[in-house]
Amino acid sequence: MQTEDMRLDGNAAGGILREVFAQEMTTALVTCAGCETNAVVGALLEYGHGMGIVLRCPTCSTPVLRIVSATGLLRLDVRGIQLLTISKTG
Amino acid sequence: MAEERFIARGFHPRSANRTASLRLPPGQYETNDFPVLSAGPTPRTSHSTWDFTIRDLDGHSARWSWDEFEALPRSTPTVDIHCVTKWSKFGTRWEGVSLDTLLEAAAAKGVGSAPFVLASSDGGYTTNLPLEDLTGGKAWVVFGYDGAPLPPEHGGPARLLVPHLYFWKSAKWIRGLQFQRSDSPGFWEQLGYHNRGDPWREQRYRGDP
Repeated sequence: MQTEDMRLDGNAAGGILREVFAQEMTTALVTCAGCETNAVVGALLEYGHGMGIVLRCPTCSTPVLRIVSATGLLRLDVRGIQLLTISKTG
Repeated sequence: MAEERFIARGFHPRSANRTASLRLPPGQYETNDFPVLSAGPTPRTSHSTWDFTIRDLDGHSARWSWDEFEALPRSTPTVDIHCVTKWSKFGTRWEGVSLDTLLEAAAAKGVGSAPFVLASSDGGYTTNLPLEDLTGGKAWVVFGYDGAPLPPEHGGPARLLVPHLYFWKSAKWIRGLQFQRSDSPGFWEQLGYHNRGDPWREQRYRGDP
């Protein structure tokens, strides 16, 4: 099986992001630190296969957000995000 | 007679189970499949653009093209592999070049050593390892699996194989090793996975013994 077959979009990570940010996040706008392109979270490419969730920029494939939930800790690596824009109206 | 048959029937499965359990690290289950886990798209690097480089702390490096790499002395390890997502697969058959061979050749080209290594791959994946986990006949860079070229979804054209550690350490699509003075965490280790990852000690996450 090819990994592309198992790829989801960023909507699949919506639940865990709502848990962290306490609001709907799939419509939030991410500016990629790699190529400075904007994409809504729901349009990011998600690779989540057991070890954690990796959300990649749809333009340049930079991992913009990496999430691992284990041993009672949720770890988010956000170094791939230059700017996160969240609508206050949700 | 009936009792004898009963014992004979019961013996083989128990024996097989005992053998399997001795080969199975704690918390793992055996699978006959070969699951594909990946943190990104599958790179498709051609042999003509592929190379493998070992770099030291002072900027010296040893580089092999695909043809040069294939001409190195080969090994054919058959090993059990253990993924941190809890599957183990027994008796996997690989073909490649021992890290002992590569590190000796690099040293002969003037590449200095250091106590740790960061492996890096096409697609940006990295993983960190102590040098002593790569030497002594325990690690390889493999380009063949089960008698055929290693398929891209399993890390082809070439991947690292360090079967005594959890399989995320066996970096797919490997392109090089960088010697490191300290144990600098790689892609998953930065997110809380264990720096060493010994399946027999169940070193899954940071803080595990």
